[in-house]
Amino acid sequence: MATQHSRSVARLMMAPAVVLLLGWMLVPLTMTLYFSFKKYLPLRGGDLGWVGFDNYIRFVSSSSFWPAVQATLVIVGGVLVITVVLGILLAMLLDQPMWGQGVVRILVIAPFFVMPTVSALVWKNMFMDPVNGLLAHLWRFFGAEPISWLSEASMTSIIMIVSWQWLPFATLILLTAIQSLDSEQLEAAEMDGAPVLKRFYHIILPHLSRAITIVILIQTIFLLSIFAEIFVTTGGAFGTRTLTYLIFQRVLESQNVGLGSAGGVYAIILANIVAIFLMRIVGKNLDA
Amino acid sequence: MARAVTTRRKSLNTALAWAVGLLIFFPILWTILTSFKTEAQAIASPPLFLNFNWTLENYAIVQERSDYMRFLWNSVIIAGGSTVLGVIIAVPAAWAMAFVPSKRTKDILLWMLSTKMLPAVGVLYPIYLLFIRLGLLDTRGGLVVVLMLINLPIIVWMLYTYFREIPGEILEAARMDGATLKEEILYVLTPMAIPGIASTVLLNFILAWNEAFWTLNLTAVDAAPLTAFIASYSSPEGLFFAKLSAASTMAIAPILILGWFSQKQLVRGLTFGAVK
Repeated sequence: MATQHSRSVARLMMAPAVVLLLGWMLVPLTMTLYFSFKKYLPLRGGDLGWVGFDNYIRFVSSSSFWPAVQATLVIVGGVLVITVVLGILLAMLLDQPMWGQGVVRILVIAPFFVMPTVSALVWKNMFMDPVNGLLAHLWRFFGAEPISWLSEASMTSIIMIVSWQWLPFATLILLTAIQSLDSEQLEAAEMDGAPVLKRFYHIILPHLSRAITIVILIQTIFLLSIFAEIFVTTGGAFGTRTLTYLIFQRVLESQNVGLGSAGGVYAIILANIVAIFLMRIVGKNLDA
Repeated sequence: MARAVTTRRKSLNTALAWAVGLLIFFPILWTILTSFKTEAQAIASPPLFLNFNWTLENYAIVQERSDYMRFLWNSVIIAGGSTVLGVIIAVPAAWAMAFVPSKRTKDILLWMLSTKMLPAVGVLYPIYLLFIRLGLLDTRGGLVVVLMLINLPIIVWMLYTYFREIPGEILEAARMDGATLKEEILYVLTPMAIPGIASTVLLNFILAWNEAFWTLNLTAVDAAPLTAFIASYSSPEGLFFAKLSAASTMAIAPILILGWFSQKQLVRGLTFGAVK
């Protein structure tokens, strides 16, 4: 079909995108690798020579490493559970016949379009402020002592904020998947008298499994690198220092580039493990 | 056939869905409402919902004190510039992959996707260093390039999935009629591709507008877009709820409106065509 000529034209047309992305990937990656084997302190002596795997060992043996791993896992895990469970319920609700479906959809999706710094600050001040925040008012209304959310329940707070941002994404994708479900199959099950829970477990959930997997993988990749939400709320204090935030602090705040770069390599490896699974699914879909 | 639903059940669904929808939307609604209050009304106890004296003074104060227009302009340039540049580079690539596929097309597409998975923090210092050396730190041009590069894989993917939906027979018919490659692109392909390109532009503009890692780390004063402008309210200015709300409302309003138009593209764009 395609002639030799059109093939070389096609190659030429792909070249700019491929070259740019190759450069974008290789140049910084090589530099990160290079720095990770050096003792490099730009503000305190600069390049102090090669140190082998020293940075890699120091990064994982530092006292802040395991708490950071734990914080990362708790945030990613917490947000995933909340968004997937609520997302399924919400998608099923939105799939039902109702009045004003379009408007409800818009209301539900809206948080996704709010920039991270805005949602973090609005939640931090207007909702979670222990004196004037709306949640404090609510707590007082029920006669409870208001909580200073971001210091006493810092992880819960961050998980709440991030879940609010990502619930629309999960809902929208799961809704799209539910809508592609053959409604006759459900009707048949309904007529056969299958109870709601059975219909959910045997028809809806299996149908959604691929969409759920995709939601989990894509969200994991984004959630592993959340930054602004922590930057403007706790600044990494109160046990909310994730791996991403720890690396950011090592590199830009304490300017220990070698150590931070070793951390960066760990982060890249971690992200790639998740990415491999996602790519498999997406790749399969390409063949279809 | 549509399922027969009783009015009672439909009413129940409607009530529940609206309640949940309003609950999720509430933080945005509350921010917008608060932006029209005075500072005293904003922290009144119990909170005031609609029964306050509506005022626009917060908007005037935010604009006057912090030069909102400059940040807005930076956001427009950075998000718009990176999207336009990305589309210009991605259209030929996606076209080639969709219409002249080879054995390696799939590998190239997946590889492009994998560059998107690179955690930003892993390459923070190299980019920071390159920006200093090249004099790009705190410039809009530098951010246009970086945001274009991080979104390029999504742009290529979205365009690719749209282009693949254009029936190949039409192209062949055009070729049979003796259309040159240029004519083929200009008169056959472009009109059919415009809706897909428009959706891609829309979604990527939104993603670039809200990007908050590179925009926070690579700007200071001159090139700071709205994400950085809002971050500067972190403390203690954030305790002035009405002004924070006005600034926030101004930062998210344009994108909320655009976002409503892009719901469908959102699914396709962010799942790389795996869910349609």
